[in-house]
Amino acid sequence: MTTDSDRRGAKGDVLIEMKNVVIDGFSDERWHDIVNGVDLTLRRGEVMGLIGESGAGKSTLGKAAMGYAQPGCRIKSGSIIFDGIDLLALSEAEKRKLWGSRIAYVAQSAAASFNPAHRLIEQTVEATVDHGINSEAEAKSDAIELYGSLQLPDPANIGARYPHQVSGGQLQRIMTAMAMSPRPDLIIFDEPTTALDVTTQVEVLVAMRDIVEKFNTAAIYITHDLAVVAQMADFIKVLRYGDEVEEAETRQMLSEPKEDYTKSLWSVRALQKEESPSDDIALAIKNVDAAYGNTVKVLHDVSINIPRGRTVSVVGESGSGKSTTARVITGLLPPMSGTIEFNGEPLPAALKDRNKDQLRRIQMIYQMADTAMNPKQTVAEIIGRPLEFYHNLRGKKRDERVAQLLDLIELDGSFMDRLPGELSGGQKQRICIARALAADPEVIICDEVTSALDQIVQEGILKLLLRLQKELNITYLFITHDIAVVTAISDEIVVMFQGQVVEQGLKSKILEPPFPDYTQLLLSSVPEMDPDWLTTLVDERS
Amino acid sequence: MTEEPQSYSASGEVGQVRQRRSYGERVWIALKKAPISAWFGMIVIAIYAFVAVFGPFLAPYGEAEVFAKADEPWTVFGGDPAHFFGTDQIGRDVLTRLVYGARNTIGIALATTFLSFLIGGTLGLVAAINGSWLDQILSRGVDVLMSIPSLIFALMLLSIFGSSIPSLVMIIAILDSTRVFRLTRSVAANVVVMDYVEAARLRGEGIGWVMRKEILPNIMPPMVAEFGLRFSFVFLTIASLSFLGLGIQPPTADWGSMVRDGSRFIQFVAYDWTLALPSLLPAGAVALLTVAVNFVVDWFLHKTSGLRDDH
Amino acid sequence: MHPVLYTVLQRLGLGLLTLFFVSIIIFSSIALLPGDFGQQVLGQAALPETVEAFRRELGLDKPAWLRYIDWIAAVLQGDLGTSFSGRASSGSDASRGVWELVAPRLSNTLFLAGFTALIAVPLSLFLGITAALKRNSIYDRSVNAVTLTTISFPEFFLAYLLIVALAGIFPTLSNVTPDMSFGDRIFKIALPALTMTLVIVAHMMRMTRAALINLLASPYIEMAQLKGASRAKVIIKHALPNAWAPIATVIAFNLAYLVVGVVVVEVVFVYPGIGQLMVDSVSSRDIPVAQACALIFAATYILLNLMADVIGIVTNPRLLHPR
Repeated sequence: MTTDSDRRGAKGDVLIEMKNVVIDGFSDERWHDIVNGVDLTLRRGEVMGLIGESGAGKSTLGKAAMGYAQPGCRIKSGSIIFDGIDLLALSEAEKRKLWGSRIAYVAQSAAASFNPAHRLIEQTVEATVDHGINSEAEAKSDAIELYGSLQLPDPANIGARYPHQVSGGQLQRIMTAMAMSPRPDLIIFDEPTTALDVTTQVEVLVAMRDIVEKFNTAAIYITHDLAVVAQMADFIKVLRYGDEVEEAETRQMLSEPKEDYTKSLWSVRALQKEESPSDDIALAIKNVDAAYGNTVKVLHDVSINIPRGRTVSVVGESGSGKSTTARVITGLLPPMSGTIEFNGEPLPAALKDRNKDQLRRIQMIYQMADTAMNPKQTVAEIIGRPLEFYHNLRGKKRDERVAQLLDLIELDGSFMDRLPGELSGGQKQRICIARALAADPEVIICDEVTSALDQIVQEGILKLLLRLQKELNITYLFITHDIAVVTAISDEIVVMFQGQVVEQGLKSKILEPPFPDYTQLLLSSVPEMDPDWLTTLVDERS
Repeated sequence: MTEEPQSYSASGEVGQVRQRRSYGERVWIALKKAPISAWFGMIVIAIYAFVAVFGPFLAPYGEAEVFAKADEPWTVFGGDPAHFFGTDQIGRDVLTRLVYGARNTIGIALATTFLSFLIGGTLGLVAAINGSWLDQILSRGVDVLMSIPSLIFALMLLSIFGSSIPSLVMIIAILDSTRVFRLTRSVAANVVVMDYVEAARLRGEGIGWVMRKEILPNIMPPMVAEFGLRFSFVFLTIASLSFLGLGIQPPTADWGSMVRDGSRFIQFVAYDWTLALPSLLPAGAVALLTVAVNFVVDWFLHKTSGLRDDH
Repeated sequence: MHPVLYTVLQRLGLGLLTLFFVSIIIFSSIALLPGDFGQQVLGQAALPETVEAFRRELGLDKPAWLRYIDWIAAVLQGDLGTSFSGRASSGSDASRGVWELVAPRLSNTLFLAGFTALIAVPLSLFLGITAALKRNSIYDRSVNAVTLTTISFPEFFLAYLLIVALAGIFPTLSNVTPDMSFGDRIFKIALPALTMTLVIVAHMMRMTRAALINLLASPYIEMAQLKGASRAKVIIKHALPNAWAPIATVIAFNLAYLVVGVVVVEVVFVYPGIGQLMVDSVSSRDIPVAQACALIFAATYILLNLMADVIGIVTNPRLLHPR
């Protein structure tokens, strides 16, 4: 390698300095501010965490550190100085000389960001060879070494594969190798683990952290997950609506955050429901086997008991069968064998065989409130329809009840004639809750209802659900992959893995050792708000 | 429990929220921002519609009224001032024929398009919701029908049934409904998988309600745009068939046959370009309307798709 | 079996099946003929025996499936039947074989379509690619406006516009004969070829542009840019290998369109092609000829789309390199 000290300054020198950067984007036929005047300084060998919720402008700011504005965006003003070079003064061709040689980028969706037409190793070394940093042969043997240090299986041969031939977690590590291949001064990680399951995420995080440390590369790590960034970054900058909220060293930020907003980022983790056991079973799933199209069996002998007025959380990673379980309960997917019992009576397996009253008693709330409401119907129509349909309420009576329900979910009557497009994310989810309540249900199935929401909104929704349970004695079946949410809301927990129930029991029992192997793996993989968590975990596991 | 962030309340929550506006306001804003091409298109369409509706009051003479002098040139090229666009080969006033032609050609094309939407749209919706054997049968049938070019298919069917206006409308409507079916089915299929449709089914709603209330309102924009495109396609097909002598038959005035009648002089255009006018004028009338419709549809699609390619 | 081979064979089978169904549709149209059809063809003066003989010749006395087998067997051997025209009420038969009528016309049409495609395909690919690369430039916007206008024009309007503009230079009648030299033929078909080029280029250019823009929006293209690849390299190395399928679809679609568009243009310029023949046979209700033409058009159409599919399959990396 010819890279090293000749062009690399000493550790601690300022590598990139952004001053008063303003970026706007074009949508709805006009320009909106995405980032309004943020400063950022990063020194060599440091890792900065850039954290914020959706719409905070973190990704846009991260890309701007390369002097790049994605299509539809423009860097309006400010200065971006990278190692003494004014990036905004450079031509496209001059910027391209820096990209992929001195600044590298790791994207969120590895599966989409690799070209399907070329072998992985060709793509790994492409920038290195094109920029003349290394010969192709040397770059390839270096790539194989990088694959090895990133803990990829069969490092010598994995590069010969095509992107669709390896798993998501592997692709994300290969992308890290691709970024590292030219030994850049700076790597931008743009939500690199967001699309991965928690158990895979841990492996990728370890690999990325170690390799950044090994080559002493500076990095900007963008994420919405504070616990993840705490493992990776030396210091953290919090963004909201395109403004900086605060910046501090990681440990300091976690122990004594200055701003209320920062605190709210982990307030969900502080929510905790007192569990209370009960034997009064409202809904029982008994020995259910289910398959899609009679071929791929996705549930194997699943039995779950859901006590009245309590919350049972079903946790598991993608493919564990937790959403399929919900489909079986609602009758959308009649099981191959097994039964669903409601208040001790068996429910017809298929949706079309159930009567109105059976349908009314079990309601569902979805993950994406956006797609769960007809965009052409007003709030009054959305909440009013179950009232008409199940309770035969019409006209003024119906509107009164809608207003009551809105009040119950902490919104006022002025929302009645709004369309879903005129509501924020949290408000939409509240309307969905109101629609479920309108039926006067006994059981509500909540399918990842908070995972698409920002942290602060999540907390509000969870509190609302807890309050409603207390007031109306509703039973929840809560499907989620987020352990923090589970702790916040459950009485009982069901752990699922590959279509089977691994464990079921009271929260305290499940979350205390001893654990079965899979529960152990799952629980230990959930990042904690402790900067040493990853290190400790790696030590424990090895 | 930690302290409540002071700023938070459910109703005060903001985010990427669309501003509240009434329907009328939105339409007005959209119109104000419409490009010149769209305005041009809308004005042209309005004029054509006016002429089509009030044709009999606007035309100087009767639809099949014959005058003594045939093949009279335009007034500006030295023809009789009583016939602004001259007369045709048997002495009918060209301006009159043009006005009546608007009524006939546009009327027939509109009726055909409505029929094709009725057939294709309904079947497409049913196929999308049903999603099983019925969808398979309909989709494969449409695949086969669509693998015969529609103009050729229309020609073949016309050779069997002969050229009358009812058979013309039926044949083109059925052939064109295959395209409508495909579009409706694919647009509706995207809506059918939405959670709100599942929510309606879980509530126990019947298929009629789901179709009318949940799906139809959400597929309207692409369907409206498609209606414009299908109309201009049907209109062109009918004009082309008439031009080929197989569409609307005399004495009914229609633009396609006028082009055909005018084409007798084609060899002599090299010597006198005005000899192309009897064909060029009705052909231009056809072209202007399709261009106008396409301009409006292009703008409308751009407006409603959300997929703006100017990013 | 290798997935590529499997998928290609599957696709070919599907194409054959489609062709089979299309042939049934085209064939069964004769069953829809009104009962007095023989009378119509032979004239009111025809003797009942002559009409009966004609009906027997058409096989109208046999069950439909048997007639279909006879017909398809004949078609597969290149025998497209005999024309209805040239029959007289007296029973004398001066009709000609359909193939005899179709063959010279078909070669004329292929000549015109081939010549047009030779100009139109490279031109529209060039325009489409450059417009996609210079998106939203003045160049892109003007090409867009012009092509949107051209595709909305009926072919005959474009044809007459060109006639008015170019009648002094090129002949307005394209009545080619078999004994003409190649150069003369090209000269004669200049105007119809130009008309069709205008229509096809507009369509093809717009579709190429849309397909390319779609492709350029992929995250892996952004990734290539962020790796510092030059514009040319992004296009050649990253976009092109994934562009064959959409481009092949665009070309096939437009060649198929060309085959259909040829009908009107041939009539305008009185070009002795198969489109003109079909129109004549439809007006004179010469069903065997109309059927043969329809079958040829449909087969071409299916074949072109099949080719695009096959190109899409053999260039798809996911199929080429299975897991």
